[in-house]
Amino acid sequence: MTTPNSYMNGPDERGHFGIFGGRYVAETLMPLILEVEKAYDAAKADPSFQKDYDYYAKHYVGRPSPLYFAERLTRELGGAKIYFKRDELNHTGSHKANNVLGQILLARRMGKKRIIAETGAGQHGVATATFCALFNLPCVVYMGATDIARQAPNVFRMKLLGAEVIGVESGTGTLKDAMNDALRDWVTNVEETFYIIGTAAGPHPYPVMVRDFQSIIGREAKEQMREAEGRLPDQLVACIGGGSNAIGLFHPFLDDKEVAITGVEAAGFGVKTDKHAASLTGGKPGVLHGNRTFLLQDDDGQIQDAHSISAGLDYPGIGPEHSWLHDIGRVNYASASDTEALEAFQMLSKVEGIIPALEPAHALAHVTKIAPDMDKDKIILMNLCGRGDKDIFTVAEALGVEI
Amino acid sequence: MSQTRLEKRFADLKEEGRGGLVTFVTAGDPDFETSLEIVKGLPDAGADVIELGMPFSDPMADGPAIQASSLRALRNGMTLSKTLDLVRAFRQDNQDTPIILMGYYNPIYIYGVDKFLADAKTAGVDGFIIVDLPPEHDDEFCIPTLDQGLHFIRLTTPTTVGGRLPKVLNNTSGFVYYVSILGITGTAAASDSAIHDAVARLKAETDLPVAVGFGIRTPEQAANVATVADAAVVGSAIIDTLKENLDDDNQAKPGLSQAVLEYVRTLADGVRGSRT
Ligand SMILES: Cc1ncc(COP(=O)(O)O)c(C=O)c1O
Repeated sequence: MTTPNSYMNGPDERGHFGIFGGRYVAETLMPLILEVEKAYDAAKADPSFQKDYDYYAKHYVGRPSPLYFAERLTRELGGAKIYFKRDELNHTGSHKANNVLGQILLARRMGKKRIIAETGAGQHGVATATFCALFNLPCVVYMGATDIARQAPNVFRMKLLGAEVIGVESGTGTLKDAMNDALRDWVTNVEETFYIIGTAAGPHPYPVMVRDFQSIIGREAKEQMREAEGRLPDQLVACIGGGSNAIGLFHPFLDDKEVAITGVEAAGFGVKTDKHAASLTGGKPGVLHGNRTFLLQDDDGQIQDAHSISAGLDYPGIGPEHSWLHDIGRVNYASASDTEALEAFQMLSKVEGIIPALEPAHALAHVTKIAPDMDKDKIILMNLCGRGDKDIFTVAEALGVEI
Repeated sequence: MSQTRLEKRFADLKEEGRGGLVTFVTAGDPDFETSLEIVKGLPDAGADVIELGMPFSDPMADGPAIQASSLRALRNGMTLSKTLDLVRAFRQDNQDTPIILMGYYNPIYIYGVDKFLADAKTAGVDGFIIVDLPPEHDDEFCIPTLDQGLHFIRLTTPTTVGGRLPKVLNNTSGFVYYVSILGITGTAAASDSAIHDAVARLKAETDLPVAVGFGIRTPEQAANVATVADAAVVGSAIIDTLKENLDDDNQAKPGLSQAVLEYVRTLADGVRGSRT
């Protein structure tokens, strides 16, 4: 395989990153997806679109999010300096707002009258419900029945915000099933509805569009890091569900060869068991939800259920750009188990006074593994992409505490 | 070039001056043996073309009836290669009724496109409808299918408008499947006049037969569709009848296949009576 001149040029005009990506969707959706692509290209070229985005990003979401040197944690681990990009401080509590803002502005430009979304942890659902309230658009969120049970606070939040939350019983009642039902809604109501996909997956142009909106994380971090340290970090770390917070941090750094990059998948009970969500480590290429990517599947091509303690990582696929970055070796993909994430979750709460979401707790678990062995002048930058308020019930239950 | 089995079937229908009945059932629902019994009985019950669903874990374009049907088949051990076994077994006594496999791309991709096409052809499959392969991905499976002399049948929908129709019709062979509604299988039905207009619009663009499906549930609806289109496709309603004959563990109750075939016969009677 030849090394590309730049890792930042993808996808091609058909939405492919290497063999990954594409638009494998039913004919009913195809014209609309082409329309979304056209509208997005036009929006990108329109300074007023960027201006609107910047306005709400600053005044409503609270960007730029801080870059924070975690001094105590650094001392505790005794190795590399650890920085957090604090997207957990965004309005709605995670990086999901960066993407929803962009897509809802696009939906408005296209004159769409109704918004739908899928959600796993509920963070994307909450972000979507929030912006729908702000822009006065009806909002329907599909959420797996299993996830509704374990993310009850977010379900209530969405309802407070005026969204309709539809429980999905099919499959295992998690994120992939919610996405199936959102797609079913979309084919049925294609004319007036805009589907705000919550991660860097789905048919082209979604993976690239979500990446572009989330790249604000990496662009800010790069500048902030130069300011703080006068140089780029040595190592980036982010957790991977569908891969949107990770690609958002990684993308602006892809051509900086001196920066090592690691995505952390959810190993659940362990990648050698059948209860994990590590599609790159334990899956193989296939076609689902509109794109070719690494998937957890059996020998017959049936999609397998993912498992993670973190609802936001509980997805048997991954965005196509990550599959490509994995394939060409630019990004290294590791994994962290439920237990490791739980430990990291508690550690950060005690050591830094930050309760992280269970999703970035997986990234943190990886940081705790690598930081001690790195020299003290090395720098790790981790995407702290969500806060843990939504997870306290899950964590309490896992720790055997009644609240 | 000699006529394929599917082309011959539509030519015969034209000669008889009637619209055809295309029936959809999921391969292996509720189990392999019962499913084979149903499929074997379909031609006598009046099915002109058999659409056989290849079960998939995530059937994004299907409503609850076909989703559940797919899952029942998978739980009872159905696989893509067993679907081909089922076709092979059917072909032992039937050489005339075309079989179209319908489903999603991933199981085929995992099986391997070339191997799958070779095995499907040997088994006696006549063509494919793959829901998540739009013309934009023709190089992937459609072109190899046509190269094997098999049919690739495309879905056109109410959103297939303007400049897009020629693109969708290009490389379509055997017949064109018009999805009469926006949405998933087993839900609302389109009005007769909407179907009439859509079929006329398609006929102006193609010489291929046009079959209409999604939302057709009764012999009367099937009959109405068959007066304007070359065939009516019925799926979810057949599967609902199947489901009524399952026990609490989703296993076949005695008489299941007879009940399903009896219902198909009422549909066939509707279609056959429609143009007399
Ligand atoms: C806080 C948080 N982080 C990460 C994720 C995983 O998504 P992605 O990989 O797209 O960033 C989620 C998804 O719900 C989330 O809520």
